[in-house]
This record gives sequence, structure tokens and C-alpha cells, in this order.
Amino acid sequence: MAVAISVGPLRIAPADLVRWLIAQTGGRPGPLAAPAETAILQIRLPRVLAAVAVGAALSASGAVYQSLFRNPLVSPDILGVSSGAAFGAVVGIFLSLPVVGIEAMSFAGGLAAVLVAYAVAAAIRGRDTVLVLVLAGVVIGALFGAGIGLLKYLADPYNQLPAITFWLLGSLAAVNLGDLASLLPAVAIGVVPLALLRWQIDVMTLGEEEASALGLDTRRLRIVVVAAATLMTSAAVAASGVIGWIGLVVPHLARLVVGPAFARLLPVSILFGAGFLLVVDTLARTIGNIELPLGVLTAALGTPVFLWLLAFSRRPAWS
Amino acid sequence: MRRRRLFGLGAGALAALAWPYRRAAAKTFTDSAGRKVDVPDNVRRVFPAGPPASVTLYTVAPEKMLGWTRAPSKAAGTFLPQRYANLPTLGRLTGRGNTVNLENVVKLAPDLVLDIGNTTATYVSLAERVQRETHIPDVLIGGRLAETPQTLRTLGQLLGVSERAETLARYAETVLREVTQRVAKIPAARRPTIYIARGPRGLESAVAGSIGSEVVDLLGARNVVGREAGPHTIVDVSPEQILAWQPDFVLTIDRRFHAAIRTDPVWRQVKAVPAGHVRFVPDLPFSWLDDPPAPNRLIGLSWLGKLLYPAAFPQDIRAEAQRFYALFYQQEPTGAQLDGLLADRPA
Repeated sequence: MAVAISVGPLRIAPADLVRWLIAQTGGRPGPLAAPAETAILQIRLPRVLAAVAVGAALSASGAVYQSLFRNPLVSPDILGVSSGAAFGAVVGIFLSLPVVGIEAMSFAGGLAAVLVAYAVAAAIRGRDTVLVLVLAGVVIGALFGAGIGLLKYLADPYNQLPAITFWLLGSLAAVNLGDLASLLPAVAIGVVPLALLRWQIDVMTLGEEEASALGLDTRRLRIVVVAAATLMTSAAVAASGVIGWIGLVVPHLARLVVGPAFARLLPVSILFGAGFLLVVDTLARTIGNIELPLGVLTAALGTPVFLWLLAFSRRPAWS
Repeated sequence: MRRRRLFGLGAGALAALAWPYRRAAAKTFTDSAGRKVDVPDNVRRVFPAGPPASVTLYTVAPEKMLGWTRAPSKAAGTFLPQRYANLPTLGRLTGRGNTVNLENVVKLAPDLVLDIGNTTATYVSLAERVQRETHIPDVLIGGRLAETPQTLRTLGQLLGVSERAETLARYAETVLREVTQRVAKIPAARRPTIYIARGPRGLESAVAGSIGSEVVDLLGARNVVGREAGPHTIVDVSPEQILAWQPDFVLTIDRRFHAAIRTDPVWRQVKAVPAGHVRFVPDLPFSWLDDPPAPNRLIGLSWLGKLLYPAAFPQDIRAEAQRFYALFYQQEPTGAQLDGLLADRPA
């Protein structure tokens, strides 16, 4: 994180940075010019924290969903949260809302999509609950995806369409201190219950019936887990747009290192996810004068890893 | 087999529908892509394929327009004679995906489909396809800002309104010549740097050399988003990069961003902001910068020229706008409308 804060387009000598930091902690004005100070406090610091928080949120959600649904191909958006959040943001851009409005719409869209999927699944009884839930999520997600397509089709091609496209590609370029005020608490509120329930979630990986037989209230646990993951993912997508692959690939990387037990998988996933997105975002903002889309970079780096895992991983990660 | 027969029937029906208009073909026209197209002698109904074509067509021959790609907003409509502002929305025929059914094009029975803008292979093949499937001639004309006089004259000749097109082309020529001559006298060191802010946070921008940057480029100003960005037209930029660039001027086309920039702690560190060198680009009825890339940008050249080099561009921009609007849009703006345009205040 220290490295990430010290690099950027505005050249600031590391020695100056250290001297500035010492002066700041002593309450004295530092030796940095105003733009450099602004860059560190208003741009780099929020951005580094946001990268860590978003990476942690996405990989934690991915890890818990993969365990809950007992499926290695599940990612945080399996219940439609990303599509819903993206749809909310696109509606906001389409209506020319201010930035705060766009983010609020996005957050609400993510929650709404999962809520609808969950309500649909709850209404359909007598079948495999998990399967129905996942199917409902996929269908609702596809519906929101179609909504995005429609709005892109209707959007003004010179102003709105580029804004929508950039938003869907994902970026932390626009994150400021105000965004952190909503992102960090949401991620914290999401992670804590997952950490507390890690043993129960481990039992869930045995399967629904086994977990019930062992005395677990699987329905309530599922609601808590889905709510926590949805909260985190919606907040992450609202702040950064759609960033693929982290929620899918990072839990697998973690699993290769520590095995499938959720109690160990969760902290390692969070660590890897936060680190991965921090590295990717630092690359995205330092490689050239212009920003590289995060969704593109994560996929470009994530795809080979994922394919390699699919082809060569013989570890019985799901037994 | 069955599908092929159905397709054949459909194509036959289309051809039958198109037949009477095809027969009217009387002269061969060579378009900007070098394609030879048979067009009727007397073109009366023109279908614009995209926003640049609709606005250019509007300036030259509004009476021949079948409609707009996107009808002007209510605010924009007040700057145009009502009968033209009220023309219907037709949708987009080329570019980023069609939003119009070819059958509807045939139904409107245009004498001509007009596309203005890029003449790259993509657009040539699109024009060819439309022409093949509808039997309606599809003409492609180049639309770079510097070649505006030529675009207008070509269009005038094609539509049989050479006189009006010539008047407009002369105006365009004068503006372009003045800009080139005046800018040539300004030493490189006195040419300011500019950042074009797009999007709600002002963090999207048009790359130098792209269509969205043509006005800035022609004025010899240095767009801080250089050409090294590659083949992109619009790119994402980080706020820190803008702090590093420290542009002399910031232009924006986004009202939300324009309203927020003065109080934003990051943007306050960009020297253009405390210096008061931030401008909202007038955008009614069409943007003075690039929306769409059509002759509407000519007034943008005069306006931005005066903003960047006040000594070299002595003309009164208010009077110039009045003249431009009367000539190109065929309606003089009221005093209040001009005030609104030039107030640098989101309307």
C-alpha cells in the first residue's frame, strides 16, 4: 500500500513523501506543493483504500458463494447483484443524475436484483432450493442485462453512451473520500458476519441435508450470507463499476494455497483479493497517461490463471 | 430451402417496393469514398443515416429532410423554426448499430440515404449493404471539420441546392481561413493547453486528433490528452493525471461537472480553475464542440478562438453567433437566447 501511494503520474520523491509524513504527524505543514498534497490525500489514498476494500469485498463474496452453492464456477454476481447494480447506474446516467445519485441508484439496483431473485425462489417451493435460487438469480440478472442493453440503445451516442460504456468497464479513477464513507462501512458490515459464521458455512459445504441433520438452520444461514455478500458487492459495484474475475478467480487461488476449509479460505481470499486489485489498479493508473479499464485488466490477468486452474488443478477442492 | 425461399420472397417484396424510386435515377454521383452512385435528378426526400448527416442536411436543405436521427430536445427546438424542430425521430442507420428497421426506410420512400462522417471501409460496406437491400442510393460524404466547405458544396450539388450551399460554404471557408491565419502567427509557447472534460465527473476526455477534439486541434491549442492514447476517441483519465498536466483551460460539455468543479478539492488544484479558465461549451441547438461533428462546430471555432487568443480574435462573439445561427439554422436567436448561450451557466 505504501508503494501504491508513492507512485502516480505526479512525481513525488520518496524522501519528500517521508519528510511530509513526519511533518504531518507532528502537526506541521509539510514540504510538499499543494497539488502533490492533494494528489496524496484526495486521490491516491482514497483510491488505494477503495482498491483494497473492493478487492476484499468481491473475493469474500465469491468465496462464500462458492462454498454456499457448492459450485466452483459461482461468482458474486450469480444472484444478479452486478447486473442489478450496473442497471441502476446506467439508469442514473441515462437520467443525467448527479454522481451521488448514480451511485445510490447502483447500490439500490444491486440490492433490488437479489431481493427479487430471493423472493422468486422463496415463492417456488418443493424443489431444490439452492438450484431454484441460482436459476432465479441468473434469470433476473439476464433481465437487468437486457435493460442495460435497451438503455445503451436509447442513450445519446455522444455524451451518455461513452459514460455508460466506461462505467460498465469498471474504474477506481473517480473514487474520492466521500465514496469511502459509504464503501468502507458496507464492506465491514458484510465481512463481520461471514467471519463470525465461518464454521457454520464450512458445515454448509457438506450439503443442505447434511447441514440440517447436524442441527444447522440452513435457511437462516443462507439469508445472512446472501445479505452480507449482496451488501458488499453492491457497495463495491456502486463505487467502482463492474470489475469481473476477482470474485471468481481469487477464491480459487486461495483454495490452492490453503485448501477448501472456509474458515481459512475467507481470510486468505480477502487478503489475495485486496492485494490483487491493489496491484491491478496501481498498474491501471500508472502504465500510461490514460486509465486502463479495470474490468479489462483483471480479465486479461485472470483468464489465463483461471484456465490453467481448470486444466491442471487436481486438488479435490470440493469434496 | 424453405428459409431461402422466404428470404427470396422478402427480398422480392423489398425490390418491388423500391422499384418506382429506383427508376428515377438519372445522374451518377461520385461520393467521398469514391463510390459511384446513381441518384435521381431531383432529390426531394432525404433520409439522414446519423446525427452528423441530419445536422449537416438541416443546414443545407431542411425542406428535404424526412426527419432527425434524434429529434432536438425541447430547449434545442426553440432555436429552430418550429416546422423543422417538429420533424420526427428516424433512428440511426449506420455507426454503432442500427436503431431503424430497413423496411421502415423503404416505407418512407426516400430518394436518397445520406451518411456524413467517416469514410472508412466499415462505413463504405454499411452504405453498400443499405443500398443493396433497399435499392435506395446511399451516399457517403466526408465530415472532417477542416473540409466543411467541401462537405457543404458536395451536398448542395447532390441535392440541387448549390446556391444555398455555396453561401454556407463561403462562411465556413472564411472562418477556417481566419482561424488558420491567426493561429499561424501565434508562437508555440503562447498556445495554451486544454483539457476537454466529459462525463459526470469530468474524467472522460477526447483524444487529440479525434473527432471530439477537432475544434481544439484546429485552433493550435494543445489537447493534454495526446495522441499516444492510440486509436481511441474517448478515454478515461485519472484526476491525478490532470493535476500533473495542469491544463491552462478546461472545457466541459457536462452540466453536472461544470456545476461541481469550483468546489471540488482536487479540481481547485488545477490552475485553470482558480484562474477562471473553465467554460461550459454552449450546446443549443447543437454543441459548439462536437455533438454531433457537423457544421455546428464552426461557431465553436470563433468562440474558442476568442477565448484562447482574445487579441487575435477581435470580433464580437455575440454578433458572430447571431450571424451564424441566422445563416445556418435560419432563425435569429433572441437576445435572451444569446445571453443564455454565452452566460457560462448551465441552463
